[in-house]
Amino acid sequence: MTAQIFLALILGGSIGAVAGYLGSLMLSKRMALMGGALGHLTLPGVALALLYDFDVSLGASLFLAFGVLIIWFLEQKTKLHLEALTAVVFSASLATAFLFLPEEETDIALLGDVSQISSNTVLITVVIVLGLFFTVKSIYSDMILASISPDLAQTSGINLKLSNSIYLICIAVTVALGVRIVGGLMTAALLAIPACTAKNISTNLSQYIIASTVAGSLACVLGIIIYAITDIPAGPLIIISSAILFLISLFKLPAK
Amino acid sequence: MQNEEPVLTVSNLQVSYDSDLIINDLSFTVAARDILIFLGPNGAGKTTLLRALQNLLPYEGTVSWNARKISYLPPHEFLQRQNLPPLNIEEFYAFKTSDSDAIKAMIAEVGLDESLLSHQFGELSTGQFQRMLIGWSLLDNPDVLILDEPTSGIDIGGEETIYSLLHKFWQNQNLTILLVTHDLNIVWEYATQVICLNKQQMCMGKPDEVLTPEQLKTLYGTGIKFYKHQHR
Repeated sequence: MTAQIFLALILGGSIGAVAGYLGSLMLSKRMALMGGALGHLTLPGVALALLYDFDVSLGASLFLAFGVLIIWFLEQKTKLHLEALTAVVFSASLATAFLFLPEEETDIALLGDVSQISSNTVLITVVIVLGLFFTVKSIYSDMILASISPDLAQTSGINLKLSNSIYLICIAVTVALGVRIVGGLMTAALLAIPACTAKNISTNLSQYIIASTVAGSLACVLGIIIYAITDIPAGPLIIISSAILFLISLFKLPAK
Repeated sequence: MQNEEPVLTVSNLQVSYDSDLIINDLSFTVAARDILIFLGPNGAGKTTLLRALQNLLPYEGTVSWNARKISYLPPHEFLQRQNLPPLNIEEFYAFKTSDSDAIKAMIAEVGLDESLLSHQFGELSTGQFQRMLIGWSLLDNPDVLILDEPTSGIDIGGEETIYSLLHKFWQNQNLTILLVTHDLNIVWEYATQVICLNKQQMCMGKPDEVLTPEQLKTLYGTGIKFYKHQHR
């Protein structure tokens, strides 16, 4: 195993784990497709990063923040649903990205790239991932209670606006990290599939959280190992691995 | 014996959605240990009132609580029971306390079998679910309990069980209860105070004194016959 693959495994394993953990909340809030929309939002940033040779996650973060601000602004100004506004903005982002995305870099932007990862990138990513874990853990039960009933959550003393904002920021940061390994088109799968897998095999919340986190990490590790053997881009392999884990979970559905 | 200071004082409360006035100029007080029931037809603003009292809606006027801890149970139809993570009842109770003995004691108090703690939300019947929720709402020992139609969709036997349970908690704990129901029998049996509501206050007082046939006809816009039994 080369040092590059070793670094890719640590990076992918940690991003996959936190994506799975966070995705377990997205499923409960029926926001599984939001990750995909946000992934598309990152593409102009990824294109710029590739064009001017700076970190793709940084480029992705900048455009995510910009896109989220536009969505928020439009939500205040119109009576359209968040999902509708997100669809408008992410389609526009995708089109904008293709205007100036260098043709030879298209695959990297759309499918991700784990072939050129520095140890600094891994270190920074792991620190961010740990921060995300602690942050999401602090609002996890609040968000579950809010999924059951926002009124119940608020009257239990939960600051729902604050928790929702923290939650959205965590999704955006995870998407920005995920874009590096699976590209801008498949981040929804990185977040949603592990949670679906976990739901099939879990009978309580603790099992569900652990299974979602492990399934997210395992899919990334498997995808990167297959990439190391076959040299096929890791992004699609990670998502296919995740989908295969989901298919396996169908045989382990807990008895009703 | 009642505390001198009311648990809740509401003055000139007004709630609107866009340009629709839902609650108009409502004023009342609730004494400690009251069971106050809000009565009124559909669309009278009962749920809106309960939500405004807890600052879940913007309102004009004054709502002043003198309570240590308020617990609220929205109508159970408004609670998501499906498409959730596989949350079991013990984990749901653990959102309020990590004391597993207290959780087991409460589940027994609401008359449910301990084995149900490992069941998920969607696996309970409506009656079991509602009893479970009442237990959850009382776990952190509130002094005010607010319930919105706690027995809608529950059969008569289940309804009686729920109200007997609430009455038991009211007797044994220092509870004040605010409740919305359509069931006049429940008002007669349990309410210490009743407020008739149809966007504005139509009556307030002890059920015996204010719930006359004429008052009910004014409230519901139709004649309602009721029979008061001597053995009550």
